[in-house]
Amino acid sequence: MSDIEYILEATNIVKKFPGVDALKGVDLRVKKGEILGLVGENGAGKSTLMKCIIGIHPPTSGEIKFDGRQLNKFSTSDALSMGISYIQQELSPIEYRPIMENIWVGREPRNRFGLVDHKQMYEDTKELLLSIGMDEDPKMLVRDLTVAKQQMIEIAKAVSYDAKLIIMDEPTSALSGSEITELFSIMRKIKQEGKSIIYISHKLDEIYTITDRVVVLRDGEFIGAKAIDEIDVNQMIEMMVGRKVTDLFPKVKCEICDVKLEVQNLSSGKEFQDVSFDVREGEILGIAGLVGSGRTALIETIFGIRKRTAGHVFIDGQEVNIKSPADAIANGMAFLTEDRRLNGIFPMLSVKTNIIVANLNNLINKTGLLNTKLVNMKSLEYIDAIQIKTPSQDQLVMNLSGGNQQKVLVGRWLMTEPEILFLDEPTRGIDVGTKSEIHRLISQLAGQGKSIVMVSSELPEILGMSDRVVVLSQGKLTGILENSDELTQEIVMQYATNNMS
Amino acid sequence: MNSKNSEKLSKIKQLVSKYGIALILVGMVILMTILKPQSFPSAKNILNILNQSAIVGIMALGMTIVIISKGIDLSVGSVLALAGVVAASLSQTSAASIKVFESLGQQPIFVAILAALAVGAAAGAISGGLIAFTGIPAFISTLGMMTIARGIVFLYTQGQPVSKLSDGMLFFGSNVFEVIPVPVIVYGIMIIITAIILGYTRFGKSVYAIGGNINAAEVSGIKVKRNIVLIYIFAGVTAALASILFTGRVASVHPGSATGYELTVIAATTIGGTSHSGGIGTVWGAVVGTLILSVLTNGFTLLGIDPYWQQIVQGMIIVGAVVLDMRKNAKKA
Ligand SMILES: Nc1ncnc2c1ncn2[C@@H]1O[C@H](COP(=O)(O)OP(=O)(O)OP(=O)(O)O)[C@@H](O)[C@H]1O
Ligand SMILES: [Mg+2]
Repeated sequence: MSDIEYILEATNIVKKFPGVDALKGVDLRVKKGEILGLVGENGAGKSTLMKCIIGIHPPTSGEIKFDGRQLNKFSTSDALSMGISYIQQELSPIEYRPIMENIWVGREPRNRFGLVDHKQMYEDTKELLLSIGMDEDPKMLVRDLTVAKQQMIEIAKAVSYDAKLIIMDEPTSALSGSEITELFSIMRKIKQEGKSIIYISHKLDEIYTITDRVVVLRDGEFIGAKAIDEIDVNQMIEMMVGRKVTDLFPKVKCEICDVKLEVQNLSSGKEFQDVSFDVREGEILGIAGLVGSGRTALIETIFGIRKRTAGHVFIDGQEVNIKSPADAIANGMAFLTEDRRLNGIFPMLSVKTNIIVANLNNLINKTGLLNTKLVNMKSLEYIDAIQIKTPSQDQLVMNLSGGNQQKVLVGRWLMTEPEILFLDEPTRGIDVGTKSEIHRLISQLAGQGKSIVMVSSELPEILGMSDRVVVLSQGKLTGILENSDELTQEIVMQYATNNMS
Repeated sequence: MNSKNSEKLSKIKQLVSKYGIALILVGMVILMTILKPQSFPSAKNILNILNQSAIVGIMALGMTIVIISKGIDLSVGSVLALAGVVAASLSQTSAASIKVFESLGQQPIFVAILAALAVGAAAGAISGGLIAFTGIPAFISTLGMMTIARGIVFLYTQGQPVSKLSDGMLFFGSNVFEVIPVPVIVYGIMIIITAIILGYTRFGKSVYAIGGNINAAEVSGIKVKRNIVLIYIFAGVTAALASILFTGRVASVHPGSATGYELTVIAATTIGGTSHSGGIGTVWGAVVGTLILSVLTNGFTLLGIDPYWQQIVQGMIIVGAVVLDMRKNAKKA
């Protein structure tokens, strides 16, 4: 045998859920001191495999060996004490407790009377936060942090276990550029200490930047393992999807007609001030800017979620006074929120109900009752169109993979066929193959004359999809750029950092 | 409005949202002091209010821990009655004509106390065990326990009150140094113990974690099931302690005793700012909530107001307190 040392050897892992074979005999080996990328489409089984390793789900069958030891029937706390720590795909903070208690929960430092030593905990936290470049007060409640900071806290927590293997399930989906850089430098340090990391992401550029090796899963099966410098991105996508994805941004040039929505001198408190732009029928308007530049606040204000403190909004040339999302919906708008778990999903309801719930008025028959036939047809149509991976339309949404839960919401809003559609990070956490599907749907809607306003942190998406790009920087409009071949990521970034030469 | 004024206003708002419920108590006390300057603020009346608070107050401490963990315990009234009749039956004097145990002589008081505590802990362990290991909701598990415990009380006593109790038991209804009621002392000690448990032990932190986000608690390696059982045992023990004070005070435990207490206890806890969505609550809140109810009763008696009004006001305070809390905890937009 070779003398490579593996920290983790999972062999022939099978995991069955009622109606779903999530893992069909997967092998996963992680070497000591390596960063292993784990990729695959939404629902491929990545998170499920990790949950088997950390002891959340016992595998139906298979063998797990960690640090040379065979593991049988173990709990999460066993896994943690053996040296495996885990950053979950879904953020899971204890919102009303301070940062320090979130980090040390279950292993709080104690004094000689056996009581929790708050001072020690405070200092440990302070030090830990500094080491990852944060200077928040450890006593701050986690709910008062932004989603990105909450994610950084989860990362700090996982690091603080001093584990031999850290599992990171899509840790960057809520992070901005500088935080991602910070995370990567933390990861490199961990690797230098001879520890290992499993890194899951749909952002393939990250996979190439940080990992040493990748393992590809598809439909619960092991497809292959490759050193990162032996596989190019097209090969990787082909392994993930099982076919060639030719066009990530299937943008059709559509006819752009009259101005549909016009915003004049709009402000909302400190979030953004004096922003004016318009969107025409059949146009896709991209909104770019750094995290915190006011992008989300801007569209939330137009949609009536946030209070407008100054400015006017016109639809079809008529001024409208939108004070609530209900007003906005009545005016033909729809909004796909960024924070889907908090603001959108009904986890205990079926996929079908989640898809149709914003559309009930169009699905009733003459007696005012739901037209079940139509409901089933429509929901199947959308499950098909955006390829939601679910055993049936009656599956509870909480049993879907993270990315598929997001697709359900995309489906819900696309189904309302709005006149004006706001999309906030429409493809976050969604795999490459489906990304292209969602882009095609968006493009199709624009082709039908709808107006689309799309916020995205992914510049390739902005450049690949938009007709024009509105750029914000620190709450101010810095440019409205016509999208052409000359427009590059660098130019947009210059406007976003307000650093024009 | 000028900026100074609005600054003042926002300061007041901050104060109200931080100490909201304590301010209501202070307001009630001030109002009563103005209305009844002679009788209300006297030492005797204040000790009386505290004495009246002790039984509900101790159970509210247990309930606070339960509700922080996102649970509920409907059984505390019945468990009080059960622990009470058991304690009383073990402390009947030989002079008693109807005895639960015909041939049993008078027992030392600690036997009665330990028996009561064991009953409370066992009831809590069963409710908590059912919740943790079968996954049924706390509401159902403790509703079952409430009915079962009451049934056992009637079986145990054959429907008769248990009376003629030893001096040892009656001590718990008396005063030390002629002035300080024993229940007030027990209540004070329990407040301190609970504050330490909730604020300074890993168990206490785990309670907040379980109620705040059970998934996070599990993934952080907390033994959730074991902690849930402990939480309900603690609640059962507070009911048992309350039963000793109750038995000492009334000197005769009727099988129908303490019916409906669970709702008063839940009310006190809720008024005290413990959130039924879990993860939020404090011992001080539980104390303040209990005192608000006691001052209300005391005030209405002193003022000679129709006691039916008291129920109406109490209901309004419960709802008002929760509305206040919701606003405090609402996500800042
Ligand atoms: N608790 C559950 N009950 C039933 N099915 C489940 C459950 N958890 C996961 N599944 C199913 O198992 C499959 C794999 O899901 P998993 O979450 O592992 O995917 P993933 O690769 O992490 O995808 P994503 O990139 O979207 O996060 C999916 O089809 C999902 O619907
Ligand atoms: Mg996943």
